[in-house]
Amino acid sequence: MKSFAYRRVSSNAQAIEAARGQGASFLAGGTNLVDLMKYRVEQPASLIDINHLALAEIKPAEGGGVLIGALARNSDVANHLLVRTGYPLLSQALLSGASPQLRNMASTGGNLMQRTRCYYFTDVAFSACNKRNPGSGCAAIEGYNRIHAILGQTDKGTTSGETCIAVHPSDMCVALAALGAKVEVEGQSGKRTIPFSEFHRLPGSDPSRDTTLREGELITAVRLPPARFANNAFYLKARDRNSYAFALISVAAGLEMEGATIRSAGLAMGGVAHKPWRVPEAEQALAGKTASEANFAHGADILLRGAHGYQHNRFKIELAKQGVIRALTLAAQGTSEVA
Amino acid sequence: MSSHINKPAPAEPAAEASKPLKDNLGQHACQSRCSEAPCHGLQAQLDVEPSEEFEQLERHGLLSEISRRRFIQASSALAASIAFGMPSEAAAQETMQTGSVTLKINGQPQTLSLDPRTSLLDALREHMKLTGTKKGCDHGQCGACTVLIDGRRVNSCLTLAFAAEGAEITTIEGLARTSDPQTIEELSSVQAAFLIQDGYQCGYCTPGQIISATATIAEQQKGELSIVSWHSGQHHRPELTDEEIRERMSGNICRCGAYPNIVAAVRAAAKGATL
Repeated sequence: MKSFAYRRVSSNAQAIEAARGQGASFLAGGTNLVDLMKYRVEQPASLIDINHLALAEIKPAEGGGVLIGALARNSDVANHLLVRTGYPLLSQALLSGASPQLRNMASTGGNLMQRTRCYYFTDVAFSACNKRNPGSGCAAIEGYNRIHAILGQTDKGTTSGETCIAVHPSDMCVALAALGAKVEVEGQSGKRTIPFSEFHRLPGSDPSRDTTLREGELITAVRLPPARFANNAFYLKARDRNSYAFALISVAAGLEMEGATIRSAGLAMGGVAHKPWRVPEAEQALAGKTASEANFAHGADILLRGAHGYQHNRFKIELAKQGVIRALTLAAQGTSEVA
Repeated sequence: MSSHINKPAPAEPAAEASKPLKDNLGQHACQSRCSEAPCHGLQAQLDVEPSEEFEQLERHGLLSEISRRRFIQASSALAASIAFGMPSEAAAQETMQTGSVTLKINGQPQTLSLDPRTSLLDALREHMKLTGTKKGCDHGQCGACTVLIDGRRVNSCLTLAFAAEGAEITTIEGLARTSDPQTIEELSSVQAAFLIQDGYQCGYCTPGQIISATATIAEQQKGELSIVSWHSGQHHRPELTDEEIRERMSGNICRCGAYPNIVAAVRAAAKGATL
C-alpha cells in the first residue's frame, strides 16, 4: 500500500475543505477503498476519515419518503423498520450483497462509490485498463469477460482508449434505481441533488469516471420517494454461488398494483452495465397492463434492447430476460407485510 | 520467522495454477508475510518495481518459502546490478511515518505508534501480540480476521487501526467468561459449542467463525433479517434455521469444509444447549 496522510474530520465543512487537497479520498467503511489500496489500484495521497460526521441517520423525509444518511451502514438500512416496511426491495437488495461483516462496515455513500470488480481493473499486473490507466486499452474485451457488460458498453476494440465493458457491482444501487431515489451531495460550490439515473454514468469516451460527482463533493444522503412498492417487490440475483458473490445479473422489480392491473412499475437490472440499467420506457410499457408473463416479457425485451454479449457472457442476455420475467412474477405475487 | 504460521495451509500448486483468475484465498500472500519486520527491507526494494515474474509466481502460489527467499535474493542482486536505479519520488513516499493511536481491545486501552497504513488486524497481531485473530486473505473475503467493533462483527483486515480509535474492540481473546479459561465452563457458550460439536478441523478459521457465530446469534435475537428471511417469508422475526445459519455465516470461509459441524455448533449455541 502506498503511504497516505490520515485525517479524521468532524464536520461536513471540514471534510469538504480537506478534500481540496490533491489526491484526497473520503474514507467511510473502507471495504472497497482499503481493499483497492492494498492492490495499489487506488493510491490516495490523503485519507479523510468521515466516519464521525453526523450522517448516519435514517428518518422520514419532509414531504414523504425516507432520508438515508450517507454513513448509514448497509446492515442498518436493510433492517430499519422504515425500509423493511416501505421499501422491501431495498432491504432485499442490500441483504443479497456482500457478507454480514462487510454490510456492517459498508456505508450508503460508499456503496454508491464502489468500483467495478472487473478482474483487469483490480489486478495492476494487467497494463491495459482504460478505467485504471486511461488510454491503455481494455484487456477484458478479448479476455475472460464472463462478468462483464452487455448493455451501454463502449466497444471500439481492445486497443482503443475508450473501450470499457466493466459493470457496476452494487446490489443496493439497482434497487435505488428502480425506486427512483435521489442523491444529495455537498461541495465547494454548495449543495445539489442528483437524480439516481444521472449519478452513475456509462463509460462513453471516458471509462475512468464512474459517476457525475464533481471533484471533492461529499455524498450526504440518499432520498427515497414516497413508497409505491411496499407490497409488491422482489430483488432477484443470479450468481455463481448462492451467497456472498457478485451478480451475474440482478433484477430489482417493484409493482404498484390495483387488483390484477399494474398501476406503475419500477424496474432496473444490475451486473449488465457500467451503471444500474433502467429504461423508463420498459416501466411505462407495464403501466396499465395486467400482471401476465407476456406483458413481463415485453417489458424485458424493451429493457434488453441493444444487448450485445462477448465470448464468455452471451448467456447473460437470455438469463437477464428470464430474470426480469421471474422477478416481476414474484413481485406481482406480493411481499407479505412486515408486522 | 514466526509469522509464517499466520497464513493458511499452502494451496495446492497444481490446482492454483490451473485457475485462470484470482482465487478467493491465498492471493497476494506476500503482503501478509511482508508485514513482519525482517521482511521490510526486502519489500522496500521490491516495491519499487516488483518483478512481473515474481508477482506471477506469487499469484499462482508457486513459490515455496525457500524458493521464494532465493528468488528475492536473486531479484535483489539483479536489481542492484541492472535497471532499478535510484529510488523514485514515489518510492521515497513509501517511508514509514508513524502516529500515535489508542485502541481499546477487550476492555484494555493500549497506545501504539503505528504507520497509518496498518490494518486493525496487523495492529492486533504484530503490535499487540493478540494472534488469535487470523489473517487469511487480507482482502475481506474469508472472514478469518472477524472481530467485534462496538458489538458488531467486521473484517479487521479492511479496518484501518487509526479509524478504529475510540471504539470498543472485542477479539477472540476477550470472548471467554474469565480472562484465562481453564475449563469448558469458563468459555463463552459459542466457544464451548464449537468444542463440543467439533466445529473445526485445522482450526485456522475458527476464531473468526466463533466471533461471527456470536454476532449471528445476537443479530437474530435483535430480529435482524438475512436474505433467507425474505425468501422464506420469515421477515418479521426470523428463526435461526440451518438455512439461516448458513446464510448468516457465509462471510466466514472454512477450507477444511467443517461446515456441517459449524452449523451444528451455532444451532446448539443459539439454543443455549451447549453444556
